[in-house]
Amino acid sequence: MLDHSQVLHVARLARLELNDAEVERLASELSHVLDHIEKIRELELDGVAPTSHVIDVVNALRPDEPIPSLPAEVALAAAPEPVEQGFGVPTPGVAQ
Amino acid sequence: MTDLIELSAAQAAESVRAGEVDARELFETYRARAAANELNAFTWVADAAPEGGAGGPLGGVPVAVKDLFCTEGVPSQAGSRILEGYRPPYTATVVANLARAGAPLLGKTNQDEFAMGSSNENSGFGPVLNPWDRARVPGGSSGGSAAAVAAGLAPWAIGTDTGGSIRQPAALCGIVGMKPTYGACSRFGMIAFASSLDQAGPLTRDVTDCALLLGQMVGKDPCDSTSLEFPEEITLPRGGDLNGIRLGVPEELTGSEGGVDPGVRDRFEEALKLAEDLGASIEPCRLPHAPHALSAYYLIAPAEASANLARFDGVRYGLRVDGSSDLLTMYSRTRATGFGPEVKRRIMLGTYALSSGYYDAYYGTAQKVRTKISEDFKAAFERFDFVVTPTSPWTAFELGAKTDDPLAMYLNDFCTVPMPLAGIPAISIPCGLSENLPVGFQLAGPAFSENRLLSAAYALEQAIGFDGSDARR
Repeated sequence: MLDHSQVLHVARLARLELNDAEVERLASELSHVLDHIEKIRELELDGVAPTSHVIDVVNALRPDEPIPSLPAEVALAAAPEPVEQGFGVPTPGVAQ
Repeated sequence: MTDLIELSAAQAAESVRAGEVDARELFETYRARAAANELNAFTWVADAAPEGGAGGPLGGVPVAVKDLFCTEGVPSQAGSRILEGYRPPYTATVVANLARAGAPLLGKTNQDEFAMGSSNENSGFGPVLNPWDRARVPGGSSGGSAAAVAAGLAPWAIGTDTGGSIRQPAALCGIVGMKPTYGACSRFGMIAFASSLDQAGPLTRDVTDCALLLGQMVGKDPCDSTSLEFPEEITLPRGGDLNGIRLGVPEELTGSEGGVDPGVRDRFEEALKLAEDLGASIEPCRLPHAPHALSAYYLIAPAEASANLARFDGVRYGLRVDGSSDLLTMYSRTRATGFGPEVKRRIMLGTYALSSGYYDAYYGTAQKVRTKISEDFKAAFERFDFVVTPTSPWTAFELGAKTDDPLAMYLNDFCTVPMPLAGIPAISIPCGLSENLPVGFQLAGPAFSENRLLSAAYALEQAIGFDGSDARR
């Protein structure tokens, strides 16, 4: 079960502003989904190695040769706030 | 001359090569149909055929591309308002491969936002309608690609499959859809959902088109270190029997637990009978951990999504909201405004599963289940050539029927999530109608068994003789 304070904590971690109705709905929906998912914790999985990559690939390296990157003006073309040769951001503000 | 729309893509390519069909006329015929867009299947349609010849193995037959593939200078929005109007500075490798092989870009297809959904109702640009019944969903997340091919708005299309997003809409729209082995197709330029699961693949009218298109998609790409050299050439399927082929029917995915509709079960069993007539042997098999695949999937995929979608922060591209406030407020409001409800739900689920104190219990456990699912398939493939199931437990449902219950929506993926968790290829082919709606038959094989899968699917396709022309009227 997720309560409201847990939902708000997770939303803060996810950088997601939620209104009261969303907090209410997500607490109930996520709890419902987690109840179903919880069943896997009943499985006997001691000593089972976790899988993070499913097809065997070892040391996928390419030659370390320099290749051109996107020109700055192309990389900045879709930026909401291009500033000279960089991406503009608001002031960091006060830590929450 | 034959009606252009009634030619399969492979036939159209052949006709162009033989000089019987003009590639520009073919492009314009489909362009006009796509632009009319009655099903909301497209989010962007090309103005005109590109300059240049119709050479190459794909003969100038244009391809519809799911919106989440980056295409240089062309809107690539992944079905999300947070990327509205975004035109990337480069093109996805798979799309570039197809263009080079002679399949120019016809248009971008609508999809569930960031590929999260099984009905296309999660698109930021409105739902796609199923051409068999416009009151119903086309499936998802590659619903625009599936509907476009089924309705003859595109000769063929590509999509992506993370938990069933190619196979399930293909099934619900009565076409062929294939998820290749993980790593067969480059993911470079695919806007990422769950990186350890995402794979590009074809959505086509028949199995021959599927093989022809897939053959030009695969290959190792220096821009994606998880991509692999496909060990053999993809060949066009021929031959008509299934002699000596052993099909395993997993009780866990076809029994009562999956809630398979009676009409779907009937068509599935008829297809099994046809397979038997073609020489295949059919026996029950066991995938003991398959019922837990959905739970593992709905931890792993949202966890990876929550990390991947961190890039949408209003800084480098896309939407920005409240840029004059402080940084954290700008991040949080941009994401609150730009993401739809399902994307928020999955980011929340994934962030929770990865958060301090829960990581081992959720994400770690799900990764162990993933190992068990791979082992189940390995054991099954010692006895069987392929594992077969219905692709979806039910046929296309009505718009809005499942939007209020996320868990019910997730159950759509019951038969399709185990394969991506194991990284193995699977294909869905239409196997008939139930109450005038298409039913999909799924075959899954070991990693890199694409040629054998296509060959078996082709034999079965010939025996089934599915007629999808009703959806093109």
